[in-house]
Amino acid sequence: MSIIRTEHLTHVYSEGTPFRSAGIEDINLEIERGEMVGVIGHTGSGKSTLIQHLNGLLKPTSGRVFIDGEDIWADPKQIRRFRFKVGLVFQYPEYQLFEETVFKDIAFGPGNMGLAPEEIERRVHDAVQFVGLSPDTLQKSPFELSGGQKRRVAIAGVIAMEPEVLILDEPCAGLDPRGRDQILGQIREYHEERGSTVLIVSHSMEDIAKFAHKVLVMNGAHVFDYDTVDRIFSRADEIEAMGLSIPQITRVFMGLRARGLDVPANVYTVEQGREAFLKAYRAKGGAAGA
Amino acid sequence: MSTQPIITARDVTFYYFEEADNRQLLALKGVSLEIERGSFVAVLGHNGSGKSTLAKHFNAILLPTEGTVEVEGIDTREEERIYDIRQRVGMVFQNPDNQLVATIVEEDVAFACENLGVPPDEIRRRVDEALKAVGMYELRDRSPHQLSGGQKQRVAIAGIIAMMPDCIVLDEPTAMLDPRGREEVMRTIRQLQEEFGITIVLITHYMDEAARADRVVVMDDGRIALDGTPKEVFRHVGLLKRIGLDVPQTTDLVHQLVAAGLELPDDILSEQECIDALLSLMEE
Amino acid sequence: MLKDITLGQYFPGNSAIHRMDPRMKIILTLVYIAMLFAVSNPLGLPVAFAVPLAAFLIARIPLGMALKTLKPMIPIVLFTAVLNMFFVDGVVLWQWSFFRITVDGLYFAGMMATRILLLVLGTALLTYTTSPISLTDGIERLLSPLKRIHFPAHELAMMMTIALRFIPTLIEETDKIMSAQKARGADLESGGLIERAKALIPILIPLFVSAFRRAEELALAMECRCYRGGEGRTRMKQLHLGPVDWISAAVMAAGLAAILLINLFVPSVI
Repeated sequence: MSIIRTEHLTHVYSEGTPFRSAGIEDINLEIERGEMVGVIGHTGSGKSTLIQHLNGLLKPTSGRVFIDGEDIWADPKQIRRFRFKVGLVFQYPEYQLFEETVFKDIAFGPGNMGLAPEEIERRVHDAVQFVGLSPDTLQKSPFELSGGQKRRVAIAGVIAMEPEVLILDEPCAGLDPRGRDQILGQIREYHEERGSTVLIVSHSMEDIAKFAHKVLVMNGAHVFDYDTVDRIFSRADEIEAMGLSIPQITRVFMGLRARGLDVPANVYTVEQGREAFLKAYRAKGGAAGA
Repeated sequence: MSTQPIITARDVTFYYFEEADNRQLLALKGVSLEIERGSFVAVLGHNGSGKSTLAKHFNAILLPTEGTVEVEGIDTREEERIYDIRQRVGMVFQNPDNQLVATIVEEDVAFACENLGVPPDEIRRRVDEALKAVGMYELRDRSPHQLSGGQKQRVAIAGIIAMMPDCIVLDEPTAMLDPRGREEVMRTIRQLQEEFGITIVLITHYMDEAARADRVVVMDDGRIALDGTPKEVFRHVGLLKRIGLDVPQTTDLVHQLVAAGLELPDDILSEQECIDALLSLMEE
Repeated sequence: MLKDITLGQYFPGNSAIHRMDPRMKIILTLVYIAMLFAVSNPLGLPVAFAVPLAAFLIARIPLGMALKTLKPMIPIVLFTAVLNMFFVDGVVLWQWSFFRITVDGLYFAGMMATRILLLVLGTALLTYTTSPISLTDGIERLLSPLKRIHFPAHELAMMMTIALRFIPTLIEETDKIMSAQKARGADLESGGLIERAKALIPILIPLFVSAFRRAEELALAMECRCYRGGEGRTRMKQLHLGPVDWISAAVMAAGLAAILLINLFVPSVI
């Protein structure tokens, strides 16, 4: 059974005023358990609205959201239960830190779940390990850490709730390449070890190409496509027409194909590019690549 | 005058005082750099490489602990000329929200001119011109919170242009923007350099932005690691990756193919160059 | 949602009243308030009523909007009216225990209620037709003669401008932080008073931290744009008094004169 399912999910902002606008419209989506999904779409495409429905922060104007087969709004009083099941890390999450120590801040979520102190302690330590912070940061004030470290504390704060679904809204925004690679690496590790479902919203197709199995493309309040990375990238020209950038390497191979070279259309990492070109080169009888 | 560099830094060393552990940290370790008038220079580096610290020396926000920085011949330590320096070298920051002062776009663009005591008619003329230069004239009556990130950043740039500076230093102006906003800002600054001859210093950690400059200065650990045209700089794929920076995928691909024994030029940057080089290899 | 809160109550438009010099609008509003309290003869009330009515019509502000501002004032008006009704001595109309209603009481109650309602209407007119920024501008310039006695007129206006600029930003930020903490299971809706107050800590602390960070960055950006206080500063937008301003001033003066004349020469109904 799918972990996330939506039925005709629609959210309208400022209903009944001249500013009425559909945040999302008639979204029917099914995401399998354990999937690693990249979510793309430009600002205003509805991706933020969509993810805030999955843990019940926003209530649908119409339609339903099912997590693990349960309608999350069946009993509105129980909605917090789903916030623990579906952990959501907002953009620039470091701006939500508030406690005196890193430990207390990470423990905020688990504490709200009403867990026993020993369990909270275990989860905080596990979470810190996942995000690659050393245990001695736990007693520091979150405000004296560097930007990248703060971001990891904030992510640990959600991971510590051990949600079945982890959603991150642009976890790498503003980070430099090294910070970005570290965070993406840690998220992937978390995904592999826990087997939990992970959704990452990103503007960078390069990043999505590197870590995701499936891609959800949002456009104009609708789902444009939800499919494997391979299939999505074979529609690269449509995605580009939408105003989304595709990896440079994909554009190079599209260019090569347009000029008559027989290379695959769905090249989206440099490694794939090298293999694809070497194969074509050898096929032509070129002598290279020991 | 015209051949003189607009900014000259000589052996600049700068210590930061780290309050948390009560110790001095060396942020710049003897940096010497000349920025040519009318050029577009990107300063590329990871967080903590010293690139922002260096930028803050260019309009006297920070003063060197050792060494000197001169802006058009004025030593930045001359306190009484600080507004001369700041009028000549404008600065745009990362967060577009935190640099707009007024509640109306055109009022914000006028802010610097008003501070400088420019006559009202002249301010009006400059504000209109600046807004047109960044393509925000139509939205001059809006309130900043009604604008997108890219639009706000263009308003911030207009506010600087209205001072009629010779140089604009932009400290990671696109880090908080979406791809569309990034493109808007990049196009705007390129145009300012080409059409108005304004010198641009762009601080960034995005290699694709640096690749669009005339010259790239790579900072690492408080020193200049590489300095040259984008082609010259991005050729050093190994070094750049080692210090935690990206290289364009095209350069990376060609580099890997060369490592596999193919014969390709090692300074390929644009997609078109890459496609052409790969095709000509296939035709041999 | 927090975003839906509108700031101030500026009603954009391009009428003669909208285009008036904010300085004149502020002064005339003050004169109008004085005029309301100068009315001692109820026959003066129609004059006092005619002024805002005409202005609302000229500014093309829907009557519903005007009435909306009056709504929250109703309890206060009723309260003052009732006080006046019961505690003014005079010819007794009705009495029960120590409560009594007198003719004079009713008269004072009516006058007071009308004055308060007209006062609200008059000031609402100012905020409806003047954007917060030109209001600030007007206040700064009206206060600027006081600079000589070291009154910080410019600083005050700058603070108001920055506050106006950042209120929407901070509201949006509060929204975001609230969502983020709710996503971590924060319960903001239930519990007693103390629990609810406690639940605000995870929202207020990040909000303050962020406000200070913004203040620091803004100060730096302002310095980079050569800000050095009000000294030697010019303004792009110059205020000047046009014909409309002088006509309005004349109308207001005529109104005031009429009221004073009615007070002096027309016998009161009571």
